[in-house]
Amino acid sequence: MPSTLPYNKLTRLENFGHSLSAPSFLYCPTSIEEIHEAFLMAKKEGLAVTLRGAGRSYNDAALNSLGMVLDLQGMNKILEWNPETGVVTAEPGVTLEILWQVVLPDGWWPPVVSGTMTTTLGGCLGMNIHGKNNFKLGTIGDHVLEFTALLPTGARITCSPNKNGDLFRAMIGGMGMLGVFTSITLQMKKMDSGLLQVDAYPVRSLDEHLKALSDGAPQHDYIVGWLDTMNGGKNLGRGQIHAADYLHGEDDPNPKETLKLEYQVLPPYIFGVFPKSILYLFMRPFSNNLGWWGVSTAKYIASLRRHTFRQPHAAFHFLLDYVPNWELSYGRGGLIQYQSFLPQETAEGAWREILTMSLKRSLPSYLGVTKRHRPDDFLISHSLDGFSLAMDFKVTRSNRSKLAAMLQEFDQIVLGAGGRFYFAKNSETTPETARRFLGDDTVERFRALKKRTDPDDLLESDLYRRVFG
Amino acid sequence: MPEPIISIPPATPLNPRKRAILVGASSGIGAALARRLAREGYTVACLARRADLLQTLCDEINRSSGETRAVPYTHDVTNHKVIPQLFKDIVTDFGGLDLFIFCAGISLPVGLENFDFDKDQATTEANYIGALAWLNPVAELFQGLKKGQIVGISSVAGERGRVGNPSYNASKAALSCYLEALRNRLTRHGVHVLTVKPGFVQTDMVKDAKKLFWVVPPEQAAEAIWKGIQKRKQDIYVPARWRLVMWVIRNIPSVIFRRMSF
Repeated sequence: MPSTLPYNKLTRLENFGHSLSAPSFLYCPTSIEEIHEAFLMAKKEGLAVTLRGAGRSYNDAALNSLGMVLDLQGMNKILEWNPETGVVTAEPGVTLEILWQVVLPDGWWPPVVSGTMTTTLGGCLGMNIHGKNNFKLGTIGDHVLEFTALLPTGARITCSPNKNGDLFRAMIGGMGMLGVFTSITLQMKKMDSGLLQVDAYPVRSLDEHLKALSDGAPQHDYIVGWLDTMNGGKNLGRGQIHAADYLHGEDDPNPKETLKLEYQVLPPYIFGVFPKSILYLFMRPFSNNLGWWGVSTAKYIASLRRHTFRQPHAAFHFLLDYVPNWELSYGRGGLIQYQSFLPQETAEGAWREILTMSLKRSLPSYLGVTKRHRPDDFLISHSLDGFSLAMDFKVTRSNRSKLAAMLQEFDQIVLGAGGRFYFAKNSETTPETARRFLGDDTVERFRALKKRTDPDDLLESDLYRRVFG
Repeated sequence: MPEPIISIPPATPLNPRKRAILVGASSGIGAALARRLAREGYTVACLARRADLLQTLCDEINRSSGETRAVPYTHDVTNHKVIPQLFKDIVTDFGGLDLFIFCAGISLPVGLENFDFDKDQATTEANYIGALAWLNPVAELFQGLKKGQIVGISSVAGERGRVGNPSYNASKAALSCYLEALRNRLTRHGVHVLTVKPGFVQTDMVKDAKKLFWVVPPEQAAEAIWKGIQKRKQDIYVPARWRLVMWVIRNIPSVIFRRMSF
């Protein structure tokens, strides 16, 4: 039965890559009471509800066809901040940008951040984000001291590792399917400097690339790789590694200066003259196989010069925010990101097969990013002792079905190699592929918890219906 | 001849099934379009008055595709009151909408020297008012979604008023004009509106007519319309040669035109 809400009130919401969309009734609550009212209205109208933060998921995690979407970006107050202990309590709509700008001047930095600072804390916890230091400091969930939540039943709960522990470990990474975070308490990490010491060096093959990540990780605070996905053969897997370390004590002679917000600003001009805000328009003509082959080859050549330098935290971490609206440069069809997590032993073989296949079918990824990971003990977990490779694919009207088919084949390769997937990315995961890496036990436990917190199945999203439906 | 089984890979977020509503699906251009869209993997809501013909069409489409791609809904376009709820029901059933085609139309010939208001009213109700009743909720939805395609089957007969069937000409002229206004309104929202102007098509409408030429089978019309949808054309003539002919006819001065008897 359709709801009584008029269809001219439907808004089209998209994924971060502008390649998927769904019409929804969008509401923007600014308080817990308003969220509760929205739940009641949704129940009355027979609508499913999806929670949405900044909408930075590359897939349909924050999309809900013909349902209700609660955009929580308006609940963005810092509730408490203690500069002595580094403990911050914030509403779920607080973005990483607001967070670091509040804590950095006092000498702290969020221990785990995503590649963009526009994500909200609610979203970060819902997906249990990882950063360039997952191998050392885990996911953001590992730094949550406590959170409060509103359940679809109307109940309000407080969870911590020792209180309602099962819900704590399920709601973090729970994709917003069990309840809505109403306040989040995190432990920040003490910083002696606003700068990181960065070492950038090239790697010539996939073998060398993965070895650099696994050898480098124990010696650094952050490590991340760029992988040249546009060139194969003997150059397959070549790229550039960036390894970064905190500065301690006397390493930074002027921490008062470097910890200031003004010091952390991302430069607004490329090469000092070209305004970044319109750069994406000029990137468009290059947004094809030949253009990106040129860009990737040039980038690799530029990376051959090994160099070390100092970089502010914001500039090192938030690479996705460097070029405003970069995702629009991919054109009308947008992009989709495919990220796979593979154990150390099988990563090379599986990615060799995947990269070679994408080049052979002329459906290459335009950008590849590698990281080093460690496992975590949250219920829905994407991590393991190994590596991840994130690949960005351009989506066009003519390549959609071929791309979907290729990504489904990738899934089989990854799962065959003991890999896992992350629910903020990848659009082709099915119930079968999800069960293969999560295991029946995990799926059943998640379902049981959902029955407890959301007996009427109020919270659903396109992602949830696709993978757990 | 039985249609070969056309299977399409299962829907995924990257490769979703497109959904269409087709008003006037039971025969003629509508039926051919329903088959053509189903072959492309569309899920089509087929609306028409004649329930038996509709059911036969949908069964045939679903059999040849091996899955449900055509869903019948019995509907008379002159029954305006039910349209808003029916539209919502279909959109809910399908989980959304990508394409709307208005293909319903009747022609009630009136002799050269006769006048018949009842026939005129019935023609206008079905061809124009019925279209308005559908186009309004569809346009509203697509405007909010900032995405969608609308197709209206008008006619070359709407380009000028002629002696043969004044209210048919007028209803199609009104439809073409309304579709143009809709196009102007919706372009800024990213919605595509296509006006189709067929000449003579081998359907029930022309079965008693004489002096026909350039008659095309409905399958050819459906193919041309499908191409127009894919290429996001603004208006198309079927067959295309009518475009030049109608340009000439549109520009014949009245002093000559009013003395012609076609």
